[in-house]
Amino acid sequence: MKRIALTLVLVLALVGAALAFVGRDKEKNLPPTRTVVMSMKDYTFNDQNPTLAFKPGERVRFIITNDEPTPVKHNFRIVGMDVPCERELSPGESREIIVTIPPSGEFAYVALAALLIGPAHLTAQRPPSTPPAPEIGPLARAARDHAVRTLTEFDYGKATPLRDGTSLREYWIEAKHVEVEVAPGVRFPAWTFNGAVPGPTIRCTEGDSIRIHFTNHGTMPHSMHFHGIHRAGMDGVFEQVVPGQTFIYEFRAEPFGLHLYHCHTMPVKMHISRGLFGVFLVDPKQPRPKAREMVMVMNGFDTDLNGEDNEFYTVNGYANVFFRDYPIPVKAGELQRVYLVNMTELDLVNSMHTHATFFHVYPTGTSLTPSLYTDTITLGQGERAILEFSYAYPGRYLFHAHQNEFAELGWLGQFDVKP
Amino acid sequence: MTPRPDPGKPPSAVRVWLAGMGPLLLVAAMTWWFLSSGVAWLRLGGVPIEKLAIERVVFRPQEIVLKVRNEGPGTLSVGQLLVNDAIWDFSITPGREIGRMKGATLSIPYDWLPGEPYVFTIVSGTGLKHSRTVELATMTPSASPRSFLVFGVLGAYVGVIPVFLGLLWLPFLRAMPRTWMDFWLSLTIGLLLFLGVDTLKESIDILGRVAAYWNGVMLVALGVVGAFFSLNGVGRVLTARSGTTGTGASARPSGMALATLIAIGIGLHNLGEGLAIGAAYTLGEVALGSFLIVGFTLHNTTEGLAILSPLVGGKASLRDLGILGLLGGGPTIIGAWAGAFTYSDPLSLVFLGIGAGAIFQVVRVLARGRAEGGESVIESLSRPQNAAGLLAGFIIMYATSLLVAG
Repeated sequence: MKRIALTLVLVLALVGAALAFVGRDKEKNLPPTRTVVMSMKDYTFNDQNPTLAFKPGERVRFIITNDEPTPVKHNFRIVGMDVPCERELSPGESREIIVTIPPSGEFAYVALAALLIGPAHLTAQRPPSTPPAPEIGPLARAARDHAVRTLTEFDYGKATPLRDGTSLREYWIEAKHVEVEVAPGVRFPAWTFNGAVPGPTIRCTEGDSIRIHFTNHGTMPHSMHFHGIHRAGMDGVFEQVVPGQTFIYEFRAEPFGLHLYHCHTMPVKMHISRGLFGVFLVDPKQPRPKAREMVMVMNGFDTDLNGEDNEFYTVNGYANVFFRDYPIPVKAGELQRVYLVNMTELDLVNSMHTHATFFHVYPTGTSLTPSLYTDTITLGQGERAILEFSYAYPGRYLFHAHQNEFAELGWLGQFDVKP
Repeated sequence: MTPRPDPGKPPSAVRVWLAGMGPLLLVAAMTWWFLSSGVAWLRLGGVPIEKLAIERVVFRPQEIVLKVRNEGPGTLSVGQLLVNDAIWDFSITPGREIGRMKGATLSIPYDWLPGEPYVFTIVSGTGLKHSRTVELATMTPSASPRSFLVFGVLGAYVGVIPVFLGLLWLPFLRAMPRTWMDFWLSLTIGLLLFLGVDTLKESIDILGRVAAYWNGVMLVALGVVGAFFSLNGVGRVLTARSGTTGTGASARPSGMALATLIAIGIGLHNLGEGLAIGAAYTLGEVALGSFLIVGFTLHNTTEGLAILSPLVGGKASLRDLGILGLLGGGPTIIGAWAGAFTYSDPLSLVFLGIGAGAIFQVVRVLARGRAEGGESVIESLSRPQNAAGLLAGFIIMYATSLLVAG
């Protein structure tokens, strides 16, 4: 009896194994159901490293071509999938790879040894019936959009011309506690001015009368402390605004330069670290020369809230946004002006380094004469500078913190210089 | 007055089932209420602490693979991966969202260097960090015929061969005067006591890193208790088979039965040791230098001696000795394989517990037996030379263990 049972089990196991084997072979011979053409050029896949979505079990034919204009060799690899890591492709060469998509997962595809190309993602999504679509969560989209908007969006307020030729500018700012995304897949319980980090860039001209209607929708007192010259009662330190209340700050915009504002409720370190800061830009009466202007606010996010160190570093609130998601398009020869503000907490300094170009530095923007010509500038907490430069040659150029540990934790970007 | 069941009439089956299931049903009802509305009513909300364990790190050519497990109370989402404090790209299966107690595999394209330290940090969706440090990266052996052979030889070298070498002391022991019998037995008890404590010590090392979720101490206890009582049964069977010497109250297991029991106990200990060696090699936490291997060899030679002591008075064929050696040393090989290819901390804890429990059971059997003079071994230990023997056994083990400390 026992022996029969044993034999039966053995036979069943053998049949099962055989079936599995045959099934696998069958799958191997199946024709691919979809073809994806990938061009490797300028160290990117299809110009933007697209996220591709597939159905589980789908057979996909990748046609990989090295379209580099320069003699660069590339390899192609899908990390975590059994795709043979073959020899490199020379320019002009192409190769076909057939892949069976696993049941589920997210896979980085890279050109081996050059993480700069890619990595983008392949995803296999469940359930298989839903049409595959590359999904970026709403939080991620909001954060990326905000970072890009902050680059070039200036809030001039509601302006009323005054008799002396200046303007009264009114702004409405709300403190809100919201959850934001600071790096792909990582959320942060931020305290914000107007719902995102950094707050809006408040821009005006020297001598303007500023009126800020500040309402606290948070769960604790907050304030707005402006860097500038103003009366004691408008300093945002002793006049704490409790939740639900509104405070009106009124002062004259002076001196001209690149300034900032932030919450000054104690512990200040925490209120800034959680995201309560923004740029206060006062233009000189005689405008600066015409240029393409960009605001870059450097900061760190202490996502585990341990108060000791930052997990991620960003420009305008989202890690690597100008590297991965939105390389900044500029024109060769065109004057670039970066309003660089350091709002980093927990680390003493932050910095910016541009590749392949040098810039003129206007510390705090309070002078119209540059004081330095360099390619790396280091700023302490709350320090800021205006940088002016242009690119001589087209191509893609990095800019990043020269504290490379910051760069590799999110403070990395690139200019896409068009001819 | 409580009604008593009529002793003459057996209770109906339904009643028995109700009595048995009743408490279970009540517990189920309570749980249902608690989860459906109790949590809200008691205001037990709040954000649960996330816990993600990086259970295993596998180094492959130009690639590192992390096996992670969500050991927190809720679903966790993997946000970013940092390798040595730098954001790094990775692939993940089956996906970023990991359910409670579920696992995931991260593959990282990385040009790692052997012999260098790596810190892996996973930042979860809520921004918390979950890290694991590998002190020394080494290529993880894949289960190829060659690596199978290598770990087999390694196991044989540190486990099997030393035990056999120790068995070669039999002629020497036999040449010594009969009165020394008790001394060898005491020595054996000393050796075994050391091994038992040593096994527990190794489990403490693992307890330091295993996730709280596994309740590691209880896994060890499970092994100890299980082995202790199972081996009790094995002892009985062996005794029944090979007979006893003496009769009635003075009966004690024959030499062969005792030796077998000791060999099994030591074998189970060596299984844990093999696991530790294989795993240490794989995890890159210990560089198994040649010195270390030599140390293990010396250390384990004394295990052969322990198996021998009950055989001094009786007969033992070469075949018997061969079986005893394999019982005692062989598991090291199995342990080394398991440790190298399918290592898991919780399972190791169970096996270390089993090793310790087995050893302590053997000590108990030895100590309960009768010494040469007719008194019990425990009593005989009060004599100075036997006490010295026990201590000597312990000290020999300690001294040789210094060779493998590290």
